[in-house]
Amino acid sequence: MKTKVLNGKNLAQEISALPGGEGINLCIQCGTCSASCPNANRMEHAPRELIALARAGMYDEILSSNSMWFCLSCYLCTVRCPRGIKITDMMHALDRVATRRQLSNARTQTPTMYKSFSDFVYSIGSIPEVGFMTWFYLLSNPLRALKMMPVALSLLKHGRLPVKARRLKPEAERQRRAILDKAEELEGIL
Amino acid sequence: MKYYTYFPGCSASHGGAKAYDLSARAVAKAPDVDLIELDDWNCCGSTPYTAVDELASLCSSGRNLALAEKRGFDMVTPCSACYVILNRTNSSLKEYPELKAKVDEALAAGGLEYRGTVKVRHLLDVFVNDVGYDEITSKVQNSLTGLKVAPYYGCQIVRPGPGFDHPEFPQSLDRLVESLGAEAIPFPLKARCCGGSLIISEEDIALGLINKLLDSASSNGAECIATVCPLCQTNLDAYQSRVNKKFKTSFNLPVLFFTQLMGVAFGIESQALGLEKCIVSAEKVLAGCLNR
Repeated sequence: MKTKVLNGKNLAQEISALPGGEGINLCIQCGTCSASCPNANRMEHAPRELIALARAGMYDEILSSNSMWFCLSCYLCTVRCPRGIKITDMMHALDRVATRRQLSNARTQTPTMYKSFSDFVYSIGSIPEVGFMTWFYLLSNPLRALKMMPVALSLLKHGRLPVKARRLKPEAERQRRAILDKAEELEGIL
Repeated sequence: MKYYTYFPGCSASHGGAKAYDLSARAVAKAPDVDLIELDDWNCCGSTPYTAVDELASLCSSGRNLALAEKRGFDMVTPCSACYVILNRTNSSLKEYPELKAKVDEALAAGGLEYRGTVKVRHLLDVFVNDVGYDEITSKVQNSLTGLKVAPYYGCQIVRPGPGFDHPEFPQSLDRLVESLGAEAIPFPLKARCCGGSLIISEEDIALGLINKLLDSASSNGAECIATVCPLCQTNLDAYQSRVNKKFKTSFNLPVLFFTQLMGVAFGIESQALGLEKCIVSAEKVLAGCLNR
């Protein structure tokens, strides 16, 4: 196994300081989370393993894996965890750490999909589905867009692919902008 | 009259789930539910934004909560993704004072404050608990007698909770379907995942999950599926033909928003419910009950 232990202690501390990450110290390694996860078999490390790796300080192993990007946010692990660990939130906290440390080289398009989605939330405060999908395919693999044409056409045919984005009124947009600008200035919580 | 601050969310408001918003507004009228849309709401950020920028995501959904707080009513959304994120924002702000201080400061930059008093609810909760099954039955004009419905909850309406129904074995939609005269079939996977937004980035995984859901519904005799979430509806409906192709199946299960089923039972005409927007046509299974 290719494992580098880098600054391990800091990573465990970093994760447990994040909203959702604090629970890693409570884990009893029972594996209920992994057994409940509909996607565990596709993850390089199922949730229980991720927590063990975090405690062992195995920095690269966690952050470069595909695991957290395969979380479906179904919260089954979270409601079943006997220790009350918010595992879904922990997975998304790991998404953010991996992105910030530019370690998300996992073989999945999910980071790009999340980014394309977030770009719209940030820039206009709404998700125009056509724009979002187009942006995602441009950033990931434009050829895949061709494969999606039948689905897009059937949505279009049923009046479900509106092109026009919803826009806020100018004064509301100014307010939203001011809030997000301030949030950016205050960053520091991943 | 019962009043609510209505938060339709992007998908129901301007996206592929327009039929959900149309039918929700149409059926709310009969039992005197007043859904007053929040002015100039913004996208809740959904799960992807929380996975990219925690503070910005809390501030985005916090802006909506702050605007809703001024009105004083419960905030109701038909979208499970909005429901889970707005509730998550509420609980994060209570649980993490440091985060809350930053969110407060950001909201103040927009002239807003949020005291944390808004109760965020799902539209299904409002219909079953505030209106009630008996009242719903009393509005039925075309009983859906004989129609076999798979009540599909998905994930984020019941989890992580604590919410208005059981996190793994919910019953509220079953009973709602039955109060319309239809039969809620046993559906073991009713609170399991449809693949969510990974349908876009990891299509194979999502198609596998959708296949299991369609198989469970159909092998238990469902003629249609009732959903409570725009993304679940899209995944099960728009991707059904792709499931058929990939798994060599022949599913032909219409996937309706629960509000569309209510509308049909209430005798509202199909155009006002957006029934024509279903990709797998619901015309045949609803033929006996439709008001044209």
